[in-house]
Amino acid sequence: MKGLKQRIDKVKPQFEKGGRFSKLHSVFDGFYTFLFTPNETSRSGVHIHDSNDSKRTMITVVLALLPCCLFGMWNIGYQHALATGDIDHSFFHLFFYGFWAVLPQIVTAYVVGLGIEFIVAQLRGHEIQEGFLVSGILIPMICPVDTPCWMLAVAVAFSVIFAKEVFGGTGYNFLNVALVTRAFLFFAYPSQMSGDKVFVNLGDMPAADAFTGATPLGQMASSGTSEAIMTGVNGLPLSFHDIFFGFYPGSWGETSTFCILIGLAILLSTGMASWKIITSGIVGAFLMALLAHNFASPLYPVTYIDPLTQLCLGGFAFAIVFMATDPVTACRTNTGKYIYGFLIGALAILIRCYNTGYPEGAMLAVLLMNCFAPLIDYCVVNSNINRRLKRAVAKS
Amino acid sequence: MNISKDLQALINPLSKDNPVIVQVLGICSALAVTAKLEPALVMTISVTAVLAFANVIISLLRNTIPTSIRIIVQLVVVAALVVIVDQVLKAWNYEVSKALSVFIGLIITNCIIMGRLEAFAMTNRPWPAFLDGIGNGLGYGIILVIVAFFRELLGSGTLFGCQVIPQWWYDHGYQNNGMMILPPMALITVACIIWVHRSRNKDLQE
Repeated sequence: MKGLKQRIDKVKPQFEKGGRFSKLHSVFDGFYTFLFTPNETSRSGVHIHDSNDSKRTMITVVLALLPCCLFGMWNIGYQHALATGDIDHSFFHLFFYGFWAVLPQIVTAYVVGLGIEFIVAQLRGHEIQEGFLVSGILIPMICPVDTPCWMLAVAVAFSVIFAKEVFGGTGYNFLNVALVTRAFLFFAYPSQMSGDKVFVNLGDMPAADAFTGATPLGQMASSGTSEAIMTGVNGLPLSFHDIFFGFYPGSWGETSTFCILIGLAILLSTGMASWKIITSGIVGAFLMALLAHNFASPLYPVTYIDPLTQLCLGGFAFAIVFMATDPVTACRTNTGKYIYGFLIGALAILIRCYNTGYPEGAMLAVLLMNCFAPLIDYCVVNSNINRRLKRAVAKS
Repeated sequence: MNISKDLQALINPLSKDNPVIVQVLGICSALAVTAKLEPALVMTISVTAVLAFANVIISLLRNTIPTSIRIIVQLVVVAALVVIVDQVLKAWNYEVSKALSVFIGLIITNCIIMGRLEAFAMTNRPWPAFLDGIGNGLGYGIILVIVAFFRELLGSGTLFGCQVIPQWWYDHGYQNNGMMILPPMALITVACIIWVHRSRNKDLQE
């Protein structure tokens, strides 16, 4: 490590002002601070120093995502095996099947997203921000496994430019970049983002006889029956155990509630995510699901799913833990966080149950509340000011 | 600059003083009629015709219109011209007329037309007013056609209804971008044009 540092320090002057490659300063700086913690500190004014810089924050979130990511890869292989009826394979065979299926997507997301970030930082003479480290892994995880790479590249480019860079880059975006990518894909290429063809990777093999490729929520939305029976890809009904651990088709990162809970534990123990948003989000979703379940009607078959299963199905758990808690796009005030989380939970279930066009509502709910987060903060701050003004007037 | 004032009235609205991307007027119809090139082009011609003749008529009448009722007079002139355009379109190109539906009628409320009548025709002679009308109509039309070009090409794979994206692209997994057909992408396309335009004309940057 010392030798590497010496070598890098040797070429450093060429990237400083006046050096040969001074135009590439921000690229060099990005890699330099990625490898070594910078020892420069601010010299003027009062600053709070914390070892938890944005690089460490991002890496912690990526760590929290790892359980979901690894499980998702295995699940792709498992669903493939179930769908083709070719079940006798080892754990590692299934895992690597999924790994190779999603690797191109992960690489595409990172190359396109980071490429744009590097170019923009270079053009503006900014330092390179780390924001895309998390988005790059989140984006493939919330898309169906069969999403073509070129679509992903178009969507990533769109969302990084129009949701993030035009507003000033990392930390200034008001919409969650990963969700904008998914929303773009969802509206631009609907046939690739929903239905029963895209969530299970069949490869070149023919499907088994009893094969159904729809996600449980998709099956419910189009079933028209009043009984909540959801089947796996092999046609056998799913138990709550299957749903909780995530043995069903879906966008590959978000099926396992169990792995999401591990990620949640990492995020909460390191203080990265706001427990206020998550708690109120789960309460909001549970109450909404309970309400919908009590007034269940055959017109909206999803309402027949019981509340606890609702929480574990689809992308809700993933969205509330990893998307809603994004500190840049969420509310900043404490009261605001409760309102924000509660509305995300309630809206996600509301859309899921009553808009039969969208089998899952978590994406739309989070994006909508992203737009309202500044307004909520504004109202909370102003009501606080008014309350304190009243107190001051009363005393004088 | 030694271009005559008349010529400036014609040329300025094309870029430096463009009604859509500089004055940000007429955005509503720019979003509504630009999903395909053909209606966008017809809309351009209609607006240009209405604007040019309304400018001339108002300019001729400008000394006889009492100030207190000038808006009503302008509206009557514009409405009459729009009805003529609407009828002509129905007679000659019924399909496009149906595709444009209410938006031909809504030319009456297009801010560009009222804006030019108020700002230019009320204080200028008929010939410059005519040129100003043509210039603004075309300035509006350029943006419409550019937006419609990208929206039709990327959203439907066609231009003027003819297939442009070759079939083997589709065979290799290419798909039309459904989002381009939706109104939000028209807004984003206009934003991109403004972006390019502003970065080429530094003096317009705020």
